[in-house]
Amino acid sequence: MSTAIKETQKMIEEVLDAYPEKAKKDRAKHLAANDPSGQCSACQVKSNIKSRPGVMTVRGCAYAGAKGVVWGPVKDQITISHGPVGCGQYSWWSRRNYYNGQTGIDTFGTMHITTDFQEKDIVYGGDKNLDAALHELKGLFPLAKSMGILSECPVGLIGDDIEAVSKKAEKEFGMPIVPVRCEGFRGVSQSLGHHIANDTIRDHILGKGRLEKETPYDVALIGDYNIGGDAWASRKMLEELGLRVIAQWTGDASINEMGIAHRAKVNLVHCYRSMNYICRHMEEQYGIPWTEFNFFGPTKIYQSLRKIASYFDDSIKENAEKMIEKYKPAMDAVIEEFKPGLEGKRVMLYVGGLRPRHTIGAYEDLGMEVVASGYEFGHSDDYKRTYPEMKEGAVIMDDATLYELEEFTRRLSPDMVGSGIKEKYSYHKLGVPFRQMHSWDYSGPYHGFDGFPVFVRDMDMTVNSPTWGLIRRKR
Amino acid sequence: MRQIAIYGKGGIGKSTTTQNTVAGLSEAGYKCMIVGCDPKADATRLILHKKAQATVMDMARERGTVEDLEIEEVLLTGYRGIKCAESGGPEPGVGCAGRGVITAINFLEENGAYGEDLDFVFYDVLGDVVCGGFAMPIREGKAKEIYIVTSGEMMAMYAANNISRGILKYAQSGGVRLGGLICNSRKTDKEYELISELAKKLGTQMIHFVPRDNQVQRAELRRMTVIEYSGDHPQADEYRSLAKKMAENKNLVIPTPMSMDELEKLLMDFGILENEEAAV
Repeated sequence: MSTAIKETQKMIEEVLDAYPEKAKKDRAKHLAANDPSGQCSACQVKSNIKSRPGVMTVRGCAYAGAKGVVWGPVKDQITISHGPVGCGQYSWWSRRNYYNGQTGIDTFGTMHITTDFQEKDIVYGGDKNLDAALHELKGLFPLAKSMGILSECPVGLIGDDIEAVSKKAEKEFGMPIVPVRCEGFRGVSQSLGHHIANDTIRDHILGKGRLEKETPYDVALIGDYNIGGDAWASRKMLEELGLRVIAQWTGDASINEMGIAHRAKVNLVHCYRSMNYICRHMEEQYGIPWTEFNFFGPTKIYQSLRKIASYFDDSIKENAEKMIEKYKPAMDAVIEEFKPGLEGKRVMLYVGGLRPRHTIGAYEDLGMEVVASGYEFGHSDDYKRTYPEMKEGAVIMDDATLYELEEFTRRLSPDMVGSGIKEKYSYHKLGVPFRQMHSWDYSGPYHGFDGFPVFVRDMDMTVNSPTWGLIRRKR
Repeated sequence: MRQIAIYGKGGIGKSTTTQNTVAGLSEAGYKCMIVGCDPKADATRLILHKKAQATVMDMARERGTVEDLEIEEVLLTGYRGIKCAESGGPEPGVGCAGRGVITAINFLEENGAYGEDLDFVFYDVLGDVVCGGFAMPIREGKAKEIYIVTSGEMMAMYAANNISRGILKYAQSGGVRLGGLICNSRKTDKEYELISELAKKLGTQMIHFVPRDNQVQRAELRRMTVIEYSGDHPQADEYRSLAKKMAENKNLVIPTPMSMDELEKLLMDFGILENEEAAV
């Protein structure tokens, strides 16, 4: 075992010492010193198990995963938060999934639609309320292509038969009505919500869309939620590569696109965690291969372009090389301009989905080092993909608690922390440069050649802003 | 004010027994209120002389929210000034009737239904304890006494034993106690002895043995209690006697529910259940 690993392990133990014995034993399994080789068995973290009560977790719920992440961005579907008003209100377009369309006419992404349960709906059942809502919505928004019913907790508790209501309305309206059983109390985090949402895409939408003709270059862009325009930046590149993006899931997605991805030649997966289930299904059911790629930062972009091209003929492979040649000078120029202010800076990440590993390369392109990274709701396959991306002895965290985040920050003194909205203000109080890496702090896109300069600018203004020096740091 | 909850197997005669007993208590000068905790809302029919009263939840549904209700709309007065309220709730198979009970009782409390002049509040609770909502009447600060209506039929005794288990849970965390079993006779074999023995096993008493009499049905058909319909009938005296015993009852215990094996053995000892060898 290397000294770097040993030192980090010692630091982790010191942090854990503040816990009572049982909590310490439990949390120890979720924190590790990174071993890129995967040889050190003590360096594997446990994941996807219930959070420990009494410590602050920033995890979300199944509803958050199904509504906020997967179904919410589908633009021509009316996504109904079925239950009391709060869940819908607090998940109201919080992820900034951009889309084209006339909101309220043919697209509904930024609208907050809820059945607004009252006491009487709990006692007498919410199915009549839901049925009325579906009919009202049908009348108000005749161009909607589908309606999704995203269950909040009480619906599961009282056992409402939303499937029966959906089936009836589906027949009547002649369009898909998708009941999604994503009650928040199910599972240990938002991760189950992704899975449930994937299953409902499979059962209600996939295979039912119309695609006029196929080409040998058809691909589906999977697991890009178009946060701040990310998917548009990625799509543009895939098109320049000579491919035809027949479906974009689910950022700026239409219901028709959701129904034709199985006719792609290959599924290109950006966020593996939230969409791997449906990709595996398409592989088994339709024989569609899928591959993961990473459009954060030039190094990973070049690798990914070549990887994607390898699934196609030489013309595409040539295009990949041409694109790299074409954009490299611009990328190099960005790096040259900003690297002096960022080189050697240390970053701590604690995010969800794909970012704890996918953004590492982009930081490294700028000479920055990710000294700690962790997932709110990752599984062991996410961590397996992360270990090789990080330096030996870096801290790996699973479902970190607020105390751990603060304590690691104190001990590692990173120059910047990238995490979510729940952590943001405690870091502001600590006076540590902070970037909200779930929805890019109102910025973006960060993906692709268009996104990298924005990413670099944002990291530079985070790390090098004089503002932080004016905050009285908490000792 | 004494708050009393009546539990028992579905169809055993909880509502009939409760209303007749309350009529007896009123006759003796006590001020009483009945809170029906069953979506069927038939716990106050004999006191109000009408089919079913406006329930808290039905009115709340009509108005939009429970806050839009006035207490006078759902707290009615019947025979001898007995106050009556029904929680109401959904038809079987939808929604959450338990939540309805919670909402209704909270509404009654917040709106002063539990006046200081009341001597007794009776909760008439549906069937078995099925979820938290139906245990609402025996939670902290509400009914401290429970009576279980049963008969010599096996399933009614099973239910009585199960309900005792529920009471045990709440007895340990709160102050609820079992006041006794009321045997509502079905004229089964050795019924008196059997229920006396069951009560003993549960650590309580058979507070009264109500004999079966068609006069109860006759009164019910006229939407009245026996005491109101035919005060001179011997059956009316049975309910008066039960009312008196309840009013004077000091024997409040934490029940000692039996295991299924013990219960079956009891039934075998009384020859109700044949043991396997005899059956062969």
